[in-house]
Amino acid sequence: MEMIVMQLALFVLSLFLGVELITKVPPTLHTPLMSGTNAISGITLVGAVIAAGAGDSASGLVHGLGFIAVVMATINVIGGYLVTNRMLAMFKRKN
Amino acid sequence: MNTNLVDLIYLISAIFFILGIKGLTKPKTAVRGNMLSAIGMLIAVVITLLDKSIVSYEYIIAGVLVGGAVGGIMATRIQMTSMPQMIALLNGCGGGASLGLAAASYLLTSGGEGYESGVMGGIAVSFVMLTVLIGSVTMTGSLVAFAKLQELISGQSIGFSGIKFLNAALFISAITMLGMLCFDPTNSTLFWGLIAAACILGITIVLPIGGADMPVVIALLNSYSGIAAAAAGFIMGNTVLIVSGSLVGASGLILTQIMCVAMNRSLTNVLFGVMAEGSEAVDADEIYAGKVKSAQAEEIAMILETARRVVIVPGFGMAMAQAQHAVRELSDVLQANGTEVEFAIHPVAGRMPGHMNVLLAEAEVPYDQLVEMDRINPTFEQTDVAIVIGANDVTNPMAREDKGSPIYGMPILHVDKAQTVVVIKRSLSPGFAGLPNPLFAMDNTLMVYGDGKKAVVEITAALASA
Repeated sequence: MEMIVMQLALFVLSLFLGVELITKVPPTLHTPLMSGTNAISGITLVGAVIAAGAGDSASGLVHGLGFIAVVMATINVIGGYLVTNRMLAMFKRKN
Repeated sequence: MNTNLVDLIYLISAIFFILGIKGLTKPKTAVRGNMLSAIGMLIAVVITLLDKSIVSYEYIIAGVLVGGAVGGIMATRIQMTSMPQMIALLNGCGGGASLGLAAASYLLTSGGEGYESGVMGGIAVSFVMLTVLIGSVTMTGSLVAFAKLQELISGQSIGFSGIKFLNAALFISAITMLGMLCFDPTNSTLFWGLIAAACILGITIVLPIGGADMPVVIALLNSYSGIAAAAAGFIMGNTVLIVSGSLVGASGLILTQIMCVAMNRSLTNVLFGVMAEGSEAVDADEIYAGKVKSAQAEEIAMILETARRVVIVPGFGMAMAQAQHAVRELSDVLQANGTEVEFAIHPVAGRMPGHMNVLLAEAEVPYDQLVEMDRINPTFEQTDVAIVIGANDVTNPMAREDKGSPIYGMPILHVDKAQTVVVIKRSLSPGFAGLPNPLFAMDNTLMVYGDGKKAVVEITAALASA
């Protein structure tokens, strides 16, 4: 139970930190912010690899779901970071 | 590997993510910020792969290869004008990944038999089911948003009058199934029922939302994808998932709020497709009759030639007409002529937060020329010419003056205060709010009818040859 309370505290504090950080992002960068945070939410990859690598005892369905989760999370990570970088490069170029 | 060590390394990743987002607060540091965040991701993934709880790597390698190829191709090939679709797809993948992860973890406990009995087991199950619920809604909702933006289905509101009752019924049944699963995790019918209800809910929530309300939906789904990741973190007891998921959730929530404020509408109004009721119907013919003046490109060029300050107001129509490069050329010619040029960016212009900024950045307009609404509004009175291209509702003076108007109170760009207003538009058709725009009938307004790109190119040519 202590564990869950700790995690809940972490969750709430991170939300506040997120609000503080993101209110400082200028409107010009709102689209790269969304794609960049999309890439960060690809962190589910960390959980997905655990599910996908669960070993032979797991059923085919588990492997299938784990595989799908890995694919989608990787799309988020790779696609998100690359497209954000592409957009940000356009903003940087002029200076 | 020692779990404490793994957790400490996750902490390092989380710090990289936070520094990464901090970098995004300035255009100059943004590229580096994105890089830092990517490094954080790499660290988290590598340490997870090295962790001993992984026994088979085949599915992981296959998944990373497929996902990496799809993501890489999408990110490098996508047109900047299609960026809202890309964001919608990424949101959907975020939701889908959390759903897949939660479903896999449920099945790994032998269909719910592996959970402890009592309160702790109930809490564990509730995290799994919450992730399933939010993940499913995010996934199917984002796919509908994608289909709308890509115009695979109509971009306008689709639905029937009772759709909110259907949504309420779906939501209540999903919550009920979630609650029952906490007491009886082995009931797999309920589990699949929950997934089905949540997937349908995602579709029916987004279908009735259309047009100019899309930025709110995109931002909200962005938030959901983060919350789903955080919920997945609670399932796995994984701190880096919780921290980064909640950062993303907070980001999406703030963007959602900014979008709602910029439209003077509450989130519930947007979600339930309610527009404020006007006290009386406004007759378009009465407003426009005999008062609308149109002009040709040459006449506009003559006015622009002597202008000292020009403000360009882009809207979704500019994206539709792919006119951003043409607009930039016009701006170049004006500046070469000694005219001061700025761009007025309304927060909800386009189909996602920051849509206009990305398009103009692609056309190499320097970002310091892109000015936010609050800063540019006081300058319209000193502006000789305001050029409105593909924007409508965000320039409607009724929002400021007509208390009975449905859009009364919505912050607008005060283009009507400029000496001359040039509106480039196909016709006098109303914008998303369905209202006539008195701006078009004002004494100082000139309409240029036609395709946005073609009209801008013609004006630029006439100006350059003058």
